[in-house]
Amino acid sequence: MSEREQILGRIREALRVAAPKPGLLSGPGQRVPPHEKRPTDFRPWLPVVGDSFEERAALFAKNSAELKTDFQLVANRDELQTKLLALAHAEGWKKIATHAGELTNYAFAALGLPVVQTGGRYKLDELESSDAGITECDALVAQTGSVVVTTRSAGGRALSVLPPHHVVLARRDQLLRDLPAAFTALKQRYGSSYPSMMCLITGPSRTGDIERILVLGAHGPKKLTIFCM
Amino acid sequence: MSTVAQVFKETARRMTHDLRHRSWIQNALGKYYVGRDEKKARFQNWQEARQAAAEIKWDAVNHLDKYLEQFVSKIEARGTKVFWASTGQQACDYIVGVAKKHRVRSIVKSKAMTGEEIHLAQALEKSGVEVVETDLGEYIVQLREEAPYHIVFPAMHLTRHEISDLFNKKLGSAPTDSPEELTMIARRTLRKKYCAADMGISGANFAIAETGMISLTTNEGNGRLSTSLPRIHVALIGIEKVLPTLDDLALFLPMLATAGAAQAVSCYNTFIAGPRQEREPDGPDEFHVVLLDNGRTRLLADAEQRDTLHCIRCGGCLNVCPIYKNIGGHSYATTYMGPIGSVLTPHMRGLTEWKHLSFASSLCGACTEACPVKIDLHHHLLQNRRNAIRCKSPWWEKLIFQGFVTLMNHPLLYRLGVKLGWFGQKFHGLVKGTKLDPVYAWTQSRELPPLARNSFKDYWRRKQS
Ligand code: SF4
Repeated sequence: MSEREQILGRIREALRVAAPKPGLLSGPGQRVPPHEKRPTDFRPWLPVVGDSFEERAALFAKNSAELKTDFQLVANRDELQTKLLALAHAEGWKKIATHAGELTNYAFAALGLPVVQTGGRYKLDELESSDAGITECDALVAQTGSVVVTTRSAGGRALSVLPPHHVVLARRDQLLRDLPAAFTALKQRYGSSYPSMMCLITGPSRTGDIERILVLGAHGPKKLTIFCM
Repeated sequence: MSTVAQVFKETARRMTHDLRHRSWIQNALGKYYVGRDEKKARFQNWQEARQAAAEIKWDAVNHLDKYLEQFVSKIEARGTKVFWASTGQQACDYIVGVAKKHRVRSIVKSKAMTGEEIHLAQALEKSGVEVVETDLGEYIVQLREEAPYHIVFPAMHLTRHEISDLFNKKLGSAPTDSPEELTMIARRTLRKKYCAADMGISGANFAIAETGMISLTTNEGNGRLSTSLPRIHVALIGIEKVLPTLDDLALFLPMLATAGAAQAVSCYNTFIAGPRQEREPDGPDEFHVVLLDNGRTRLLADAEQRDTLHCIRCGGCLNVCPIYKNIGGHSYATTYMGPIGSVLTPHMRGLTEWKHLSFASSLCGACTEACPVKIDLHHHLLQNRRNAIRCKSPWWEKLIFQGFVTLMNHPLLYRLGVKLGWFGQKFHGLVKGTKLDPVYAWTQSRELPPLARNSFKDYWRRKQS
């Protein structure tokens, strides 16, 4: 018998005795009546999010401030260009990395800097030595201040995590309400064939491993900037 | 008494007296409590959310065979190689084999408690491969050649000065007392390791049956780098990690982060559905998933404690445990420490040898209340006590209880005992605090409250008349 069959056999054997259902604990606040059906809608319990775009944008901005994400609403492409140029100038970017996409194409043309494209195979040290990685995304999540990226929407696995500054270009209609909405969107878009990596990025890379003091840029980007058009 | 128990008692005693350690831990956890409560308050209903999480995990664990098969068939369809391991040894052998076959020389490992559980790094190092822990805390304890202190914050017990000295000694960096600079030293060192590594090893926080994905949570981004750059990725996953659907993560990710690290959601939640697919620019050519039993099916067979397999390893129960906070993570000498460790270890390593952990509890229930998936931790400690006694009860304990029963059943004897005790305590001072003291276990660190001259019974009788 294969190891697989043996393990599954042991599991089936073990499960012949039923386990007590959860929710029957005693103690303050412990006893919540069990749900009749297995819950699938978590919205009533998760943090509240408003319905309108303005409310979502305000919540995203608030979460971003807390996470130390730089979140900026931009009106049009001209404003995006101005802001990108200012950023490149302030940080002294010499080389950027990006992938092909409607917004990213525009951005790198506007910046006019040497560029590493991660569309096809690329050289790792080229990407590693770039000053910023500019990507698009699948969605922004107001509830948590997160960006959803995948290998398909954001130029592979490494582009959004290797360079020291990750710049996200998003469209206004990508700003979703909450996590359930984000997962629904991923399912709708990729349900038949998921990318090999999807990621919910919430703020720049961080650690609290030394004396529980927050330090940004542990291994991933030290900075995360999001432009939402 | 077995030796692990003796060692445990000895270290626990030493640590409890270490005031510096205590204030240190209190300080680190103080910030966590504030943040956690604030994040919890953002939930519209935390208790309902816990109940839902417990029910979903119950569903997953109680239909484990079905969900595992679904997970495996989905993830295999994407070109992932799945290996089933009944024991830690089999898992180690397999992973060492993969490393050998591909002539792997260096490995970057992102945090995986399953790896600690089966001593994977040691097995790989023995075969001549370099293994670097990439989680900053894990990296620090690896350099110190010690075990993690906490399942979420492995280096919580160290000060910046100790870490600076360590880096100075091992990496030759200039001493500094800035946590930021220390982090950057590690970042620079580990960057090189990532770029050179042939293999990345990770654990998984969840395995999604519906879509065949693993979900990996990190804050530093080490989980992402370890699974993006090397040409082989191996994920070592306990079989109990399955969740039925992708949507379930909308509940579990914020709960894990809130209970575990006082965050609304962790920085990087990565869902991996296979090796690099056609037309994708990067990612590993090979992706191996190792499904680990290592005693989990035994635990599954214990219906009473099956819910311990719901654990999402958030570390929340450690952070609130009065025992953990006093004796610290190393005293346990186990892979999983704190309340969940005390419950799990006797199952994994032997009920009688590790039963002392079942008694290392004040049964206050703080752990149960903290647990986001509502594991009935403190009752399980009681059940483990019962089970340990059932399989081997020490003769002296039986004798004591027989004596107790006799005493309690005979009022005359009882009253005589109380009077004798009152008389005897006058001479207690002669032996107090020495090994001759019959109540030494108590008096070595505390005062024994004196027996009153008149018992409550006497008092009551007088009052009535
Ligand atoms: S037992 Fe509960 S609180 Fe403790 S680590 Fe597991 S999930 Fe977290």
